[in-house]
Amino acid sequence: MSAVKRNNRGIVQKAGFAFLAACMGANILFLGAILFFIAAKGLGTINWAFLTQVPRDSMTAGGVAPAILGTFYLTLGAILFSLPLGVACAVYLTEYSPKGWIVNVLRISINNLAGVPSVVFGLFGLTVFVKYLGFGVSILSGSLTLGILALPVIISAAQEALVAVPQSIREASLALGATQWETIRKVVLPAALPGILTGVILSVGRVAGETAPILFTAAAFYVKGYPDSVLSEVMALPYHIYALMTEGTHPEEQTRIAYASSLLLLALVLSVSMLAIWIRQRQRKAYHA
Amino acid sequence: MHDVNIDHERQMGMEGFHPALVRGPVGINLNSLGEADMFGSEPKITARGVNFYYGSKRALNNINIAFAARRVTAIIGPSGCGKSTFIRLLNRMHELVPGSRFEGEILLDGLDILSPACDAADLRKRVGMVFQKPNPFPKTVFENISYGLEVNGMTDKRAIEEKVVDSLRKAALWGEVKDRLKDSALGLSGGQQQRLCIARCLAVSPEVILFDEPCASLDPISTGKIEELILELKKEYTIVIVTHNMQQAARVSDRTAFFLMGDLIEEGRTEQIFKAPRDRRTEDYITGRFG
Ligand SMILES: Nc1ncnc2c1ncn2[C@@H]1O[C@H](COP(=O)(O)OP(=O)(O)O)[C@@H](O)[C@H]1O
Ligand SMILES: [Mg+2]
Repeated sequence: MSAVKRNNRGIVQKAGFAFLAACMGANILFLGAILFFIAAKGLGTINWAFLTQVPRDSMTAGGVAPAILGTFYLTLGAILFSLPLGVACAVYLTEYSPKGWIVNVLRISINNLAGVPSVVFGLFGLTVFVKYLGFGVSILSGSLTLGILALPVIISAAQEALVAVPQSIREASLALGATQWETIRKVVLPAALPGILTGVILSVGRVAGETAPILFTAAAFYVKGYPDSVLSEVMALPYHIYALMTEGTHPEEQTRIAYASSLLLLALVLSVSMLAIWIRQRQRKAYHA
Repeated sequence: MHDVNIDHERQMGMEGFHPALVRGPVGINLNSLGEADMFGSEPKITARGVNFYYGSKRALNNINIAFAARRVTAIIGPSGCGKSTFIRLLNRMHELVPGSRFEGEILLDGLDILSPACDAADLRKRVGMVFQKPNPFPKTVFENISYGLEVNGMTDKRAIEEKVVDSLRKAALWGEVKDRLKDSALGLSGGQQQRLCIARCLAVSPEVILFDEPCASLDPISTGKIEELILELKKEYTIVIVTHNMQQAARVSDRTAFFLMGDLIEEGRTEQIFKAPRDRRTEDYITGRFG
């Protein structure tokens, strides 16, 4: 009886593992297919000139350097804005645990922010940053809009990371005569850093690839040369892809460039992730023997 | 007044066990003043009429006790009797529990440490704490100790280095970690981690060190090292140690206090508590009849 049961359980376990393996396989298959497809169509176009030159001949030749740079600026700007704000918000919510309706309102708005469609952020950015604050269609407006988009991801990752810091090391710090502020800044935040970086990775991936939020706030189909201030309009990879596929008069060349740009965008996002993972791993090693 | 006094008769009764204990001016002082036996000096800490509540739940009832300077006082008692609650009042760690509240006063060299006028961070520099589970920071061995120094305003690198080495020596850890200062403290063994926590505490030069079951998670050899260390440290520091382990209390302490369900049942010299307890409940506890 029990032998049969054990046998059954063995089979169930094997089936379970097989199922999990199949799911993982499918996942890898999808990712591989996307990479393969994009690479097959885009790789041929990518060369040094493509990465370093400005577009020529109504976007049918030359490179996409301004778009790469634009995406870099926008993403960097978004993180510079949302990281301190998001971490401050998370610290306030978890460490000072203030009570009352303000916190509830804050929590609810953060959760809702995460669910807002990105095009709505675009409209918000247009109204507030572009028009009301007068930043115009610019890197600044686009970064701020993307920053708000990234905020909920960063806040929840930071909150999770802060909550995971054991209470015992907060007590250890306080017992040495440190103030709560010193404890947060020098003990809790460093310990939470790897987790916070995860949030940054996730949001970089999201921000760099977004099109809708920058549609009305930052991006231009074509800008001559490179941006020279935060108030300049920019080209950006995701919008560039969109524009190449929907506008212009040379669909064939444009499609080729669009695929190459897509491959580039993918590579960019993946390498940022790798970098962040590497930093996180190093941090981990420093902390956990 | 205190209700922890050792009265004349009992003090005399104790003489039968340890004649050496009541000799000289100490014994005379004691008996004539009706004060707890503080080995001839002023008590370092005096708690008077201390009550403590977690919300509406009362955890300490009218605790009156004094702690002798440069001596070890052990607090014993069954789980949940309020030992940690009491010891955490001595450096205001109770403030971390929302909805808790106290009554009474605790004096450190005459300073009322529970009054709002006393700054908790300043107090904790004077009254350090070592916790039940070793809780090193997820930083390097060196940083674990330099942290407290920096927090206390030390900026000179050389001075910090010296103090780190000095603290590790005092905590009998230097030999084991001198080549691992830049490694994570989390890579040390449990016993080493606990001694690192002691070193960290020593670095900020406290006057009092509170130990809350410091050996609860350690093996016997590590426990032995910590006990040796405590005996060494009492030359310079006033020590209060909570322990579950009666042998440990007997080995390291000069005075022992027995808590039960939020009450201080009995306290006195350790020999007296273990050899001639006055209260039936103390006797039951130390003989293992309950707990
Ligand atoms: N944070 C807390 N909130 C509510 N009750 C608590 C808290 N901490 C301890 N208690 C209660 O107070 C009593 C004393 O606890 P404690 O001081 O930790 O005992 P001991 O250290 O002697 O084991 C116990 O009944 C315990 O359940
Ligand atoms: Mg306890």
